[in-house]
Amino acid sequence: MTHAISMVNVIKHYRRGRESVEVLHGVNLEVGEGEFVAIMGPSGSGKSTLLNLIGGLDRPDSGSVSVAGQRIDKLSGGQLTHWRAGHVGFVFQFYNLMPALSAAANIELPLLLLPLSRVQRKAKVAAVLEIVGLSDRAKHKPSELSGGQQQRIAIGRALVSDPPILLCDEPTGDLDRGTATEILDLIQLLSRREKKTVVMVTHDQKAADSASRQLHVDKGQLLDAGIAA
Amino acid sequence: MKYFPLIWAGLTRKKLRTILTLLSVLVAFLLFGLLQGVNAAFSSGVSGAHLDRLIVQGKVSFTDQMPLAYRAQIAAVPGVTAVTYASWFGGYYQDPKNQVFSFPVEPSTYFSMFPELTVPKDQVEALAKTRTGAIIGKKLADQYNWKIGQAIPVKSAIWTKLDGTSDWSFNVVGIFRDLDNPSQEMSLFFNNDYFDEARSFDKGMVGWYTVRIDNPAHGPAVAASIDKLFANSEHETKTVTEKEFTQSFLKQLGDVNFIVTSIIGAVFFALLFLTGNTMMQSVRERIPEFAVLKTIGFSDGGVLAIVLVEGLLLAITGAALGLAGSAAAFPLLESVVGIAHLPVSVIALGLFCAVLLALVTALLPGWRVARLNVVDALAGR
Amino acid sequence: MIRQTLAVAALNFKTIPSRFWSSLVIVLGVAGVVGVVISVLAMVTGLAAAMQQAGRPDRAIVFRGGANTELSSTMARDTVTTILDAPGIRHDSTGHAIASPEVVTIVARPMRSGGSDANVTLRGVGLQGLALRPEIHLVAGRWFKPGLRELVVGEGAERQFAGLDIGRHLDLRDTDWTVVGVFASGGDAHESEILTDAETLQAAYRRNMFQSVTVQLQSPESFSQFKDALTTNPQLSVEADRESDYLAKLSKGLTTIMTLVARVVGSIMAIGAVFGALNTMYSAVSARTLEIATLRAIGFGGGAVVFSVISEALVLSLLGGALGAALAWLFFNGHGVNALGGNFTQLVFRLSVTPALMIQGIVWALVIGLIGGLFPAIRAARVPVVEALRTM
Repeated sequence: MTHAISMVNVIKHYRRGRESVEVLHGVNLEVGEGEFVAIMGPSGSGKSTLLNLIGGLDRPDSGSVSVAGQRIDKLSGGQLTHWRAGHVGFVFQFYNLMPALSAAANIELPLLLLPLSRVQRKAKVAAVLEIVGLSDRAKHKPSELSGGQQQRIAIGRALVSDPPILLCDEPTGDLDRGTATEILDLIQLLSRREKKTVVMVTHDQKAADSASRQLHVDKGQLLDAGIAA
Repeated sequence: MKYFPLIWAGLTRKKLRTILTLLSVLVAFLLFGLLQGVNAAFSSGVSGAHLDRLIVQGKVSFTDQMPLAYRAQIAAVPGVTAVTYASWFGGYYQDPKNQVFSFPVEPSTYFSMFPELTVPKDQVEALAKTRTGAIIGKKLADQYNWKIGQAIPVKSAIWTKLDGTSDWSFNVVGIFRDLDNPSQEMSLFFNNDYFDEARSFDKGMVGWYTVRIDNPAHGPAVAASIDKLFANSEHETKTVTEKEFTQSFLKQLGDVNFIVTSIIGAVFFALLFLTGNTMMQSVRERIPEFAVLKTIGFSDGGVLAIVLVEGLLLAITGAALGLAGSAAAFPLLESVVGIAHLPVSVIALGLFCAVLLALVTALLPGWRVARLNVVDALAGR
Repeated sequence: MIRQTLAVAALNFKTIPSRFWSSLVIVLGVAGVVGVVISVLAMVTGLAAAMQQAGRPDRAIVFRGGANTELSSTMARDTVTTILDAPGIRHDSTGHAIASPEVVTIVARPMRSGGSDANVTLRGVGLQGLALRPEIHLVAGRWFKPGLRELVVGEGAERQFAGLDIGRHLDLRDTDWTVVGVFASGGDAHESEILTDAETLQAAYRRNMFQSVTVQLQSPESFSQFKDALTTNPQLSVEADRESDYLAKLSKGLTTIMTLVARVVGSIMAIGAVFGALNTMYSAVSARTLEIATLRAIGFGGGAVVFSVISEALVLSLLGGALGAALAWLFFNGHGVNALGGNFTQLVFRLSVTPALMIQGIVWALVIGLIGGLFPAIRAARVPVVEALRTM
C-alpha cells in the first residue's frame, strides 16, 4: 500500500549560533490516505519541524520523506515551492490571513498559481465557502470576523486547490473551548468526507482526541508509530 | 491581471502611509518637470539652429558694427551661397519697458535666408516697395492690436534721426509667423535703406551678417576664410555658426544647467531616502504574510516580483501625476523660457527616473523577501 | 504639564535610535529644502549687494533720453559740456566739475572655465573718473596713463576671464592694449569691468560719442536741482538717475526672477518635506501606540503627549535645517557666480550666506516640523486608551 506520507530514518539539525542541535534523531513515520493523525509533544520537541518536513518547507539532513509516492527530499527549493502549491494545505495557529483582502480573496490566493480562469476560481472559492460554512461572510475582511471564523477561512484557503494533504500547526491554540470544538469538527469532516490526509500538531489533549491516531514526539524521537486502537 | 488584488492589498495596508509617499513622489516629479523643462527649453534653442548658417559679427564685441561694403567680399568666399545682414535697432513702443525687437534688413535677401519666417511673397514685395514699411510677427501684432495698413510709431533707444529725435514711424505691410520658434514672432523687420538714410550717425554700417553655406561640414573653414579677409582691418570680424552663437548667449545666462541639476539632485536624494524607508518598513511589517505566500506555493521570484510591482506602481503613479501637474503649469512659464509646452523628452526622462527610483528602493526589501526562510519567519525569528 | 511633557519627550527621544532611518528622512528632507532656499537667496543677496554697493545717493548718472542702459545711449560732446555746466555738481579746488563723461563698450573674452567667449564691459572714464569713485583702489600693478593704450582690470573680471593678467596684450579694433593693473572696489559691479581712459578709447574706436556722464553731486539733496536743470533744457534730451536707483533698476529683472524661483521651488520642496515628515511621525506614533496608551492610563495628559510628539518633529527638523544651512554656507558662501548683467555683460558677484538668510532657513525648517508633527500628535493624543491597550 502506498502511504500518503512516509518518512524513513529522518535526521534534522538546526543551527543555534555556533551550536548545531539535532532536533530529529532518525524518525520513522507512515500515514495512510485519509488518516487524521495528531502529533503531540512538549515545546522544543521537534513536532513543528516534523510538520515542516512533511510539507516541504524544509529538507531533512538525511533520511527520506515521501508524499503520495514522491520523494520530496530530493526536490530543489524551487521545485518544492512548486510542489507545495498543489499538494499541501497549511493551517496555522494565528490564521495568517492577509488583513487587506476579503475572506473570499484570501481563500482565492492559492488558485492564483494555477492556470484557471476567473470564473473557475470564483466557483471553487464559492464551493469552499460552503464547506466551511461562511458563504455569507465572503466579502468581510479578517478584522471583521471572529477568531473561529478567521480560522475557518484559513482552512478554506488550505482546501481550495484541493490538496490531498492538510497540515495543521496548533490550529486551536488561539481559540476558546467552544470554537475549538467547531474547528476540530470541521477538520474531522474534511478527513472523513473529503478524504483528506490530515496531520495536526498540537499540545492540547482534547484536540488530539478528535484524531484517529495519536503520536508523541519527545526529544526528537517519534513514539507510538503505528495504527492506534 | 489576476495578481492585482494582492498587490493592491499590499499598498493599501496602511493607506495614509501610501498616500503620503505618493504625494512626496508627486511633488518631487512636479519640481522635476518644471525645472528640467526650463533647462531643456534653454538648450533647445541651440538644437533648433540651422546648421548651414553662419553669423559674422564684430570681433571685439558683437555690438560693434561692420561696413556694408563687406558684403561683396563675403559673398565671394568659396562655400558661401547667400549673404544678408541686419542691425540692432533697440526699439520700444511708447515706454522703454515695452521693447519691440526691430531689425533693419534687406527684404530681397533676408526672408529667403530665414525660411522659417513664414510670410506671403507679396508682403515681402510690399516691404521692398514701401520705404517705411514693416513686417511684424503675429504675436507682436496681437499684443498691440496692430493690423496691415496701420502706421505705428516706434522709438529707438540708440538711434537718433537727422532731425534730432529718435521717433521712427513704420507702416505695417505684412505679418509673419514662425512656427518652430514662436518667440521670434515678437520681432519687427523694416527697410535698411530707410534706416541708413534717416539715422544721424554710423551710416553705411550694419550690425551683423548672416551667411548661408553649401555644406554644414564646411562651416569652420568658411568662417576662417571670412575672418581672414578682414583680419588686421579696422573692423575685424568673428564668424561662428548660428549654433555656437546661441550657445554662447545661453552660457552667459549663468549656469542654469548647474543650478537645475543640483536642485533636482538634492530633491531626488531626499526622495530616494523617503521612498526607500517606506518600502523597507512596509515589507518588514508584512514578513509573516510573505512567508505564508511562500507556504502556499509562491516562488522566491514571485514574491520579489510582488514587491517590485508595488514599488513600480507607487513610483510611476506619483511621477505621472507630478509630471502631469508640471505640464499643466508649464504654459505659465512661457514668458521666461519662450516655449509653451513641456517637452516630451522631459516627460520621458521623468518616467524613466521613476522606474529607476522604484527599482532601487524595492530591490533591497524585495531581495530580503525572496531569500526569506519560511520556517524561521513563521516561527517568529 | 511642562514636567509631563518633558518626561514624555525624554521617553520619545530615547527611542529615536530604534527609528533611526525614519528620523533621518525628516532630517535630510528638511536639510534639502533649507539648503536650496538659502543657496538661491544667497545669489539674490549677493547680486543686490554687488549692485547697491556701487551706487551712492550723492552720485548721479546721465544718459540719453529713452536709452535703458548705458550701452544703448549715445551723447555728443556738446551735450556733455552742457551737462557739466548744470547746477548741483560738486567742483574741485581748481573749479573743475567732478564728473566723468564715459565711453562704455563691451569686449568678448574667453571665460576661464569652459573657454567660451562671454562679454565684459570696457569703460573709458574721464580724467575725474577715479577721483569720482573713491571706493576703487589698486590691488596690483599701476593705473593707466591717459593717452596710452593701457587697461586696468577689475578683480572680478580678472578672476572670471582668461588673458586679463597684468602684462597681457589685448587687440581691440586693430590697436594694441596692455593690462597694467588690477583694482578692487568692495565687490561691487565695477569689479566686473575693465577701465581705461575715455579719450584714448574713443580715438582707438574712431568714435566721438560718449555713453554716459557720471557726476558727483554736492549733496544727495542736490539731485533734484541737477535733474530739473537737465530735463527742462529744450536742447537736451537726457535722463538723469541717482546711481543707486539706476543700478537697482538694472538688476531688478534678475533679482525678481531669482527671488521668485527661490520662493516657488522652496515652497514645493517644503510641501514635499512636510509629506515626508508626516509619514515619519505617523509611523513613529503608531509604533508607540501602546506606550502612549499606557502613559495615558497612568495619568499623563493628552496635552503632554501632543507637545512631546511635536517637539520631536521640531528637533529633527531643526537638525535638518541646521545641516542644510551649514552645507549652503560651506559650499556656496563667497562662491563667485557669473550671471548676465544689465548691459549684456557678465556680472560677477559673490554669493553671501548671511546670518539673516540662515535664520530664514531655520524658520522654514521649524514650520515644516510643526506641520509635520501636529497632525500625528493630535492623532496620538486621541487614541482611545482602552482600545489601544486591548489590541496589544
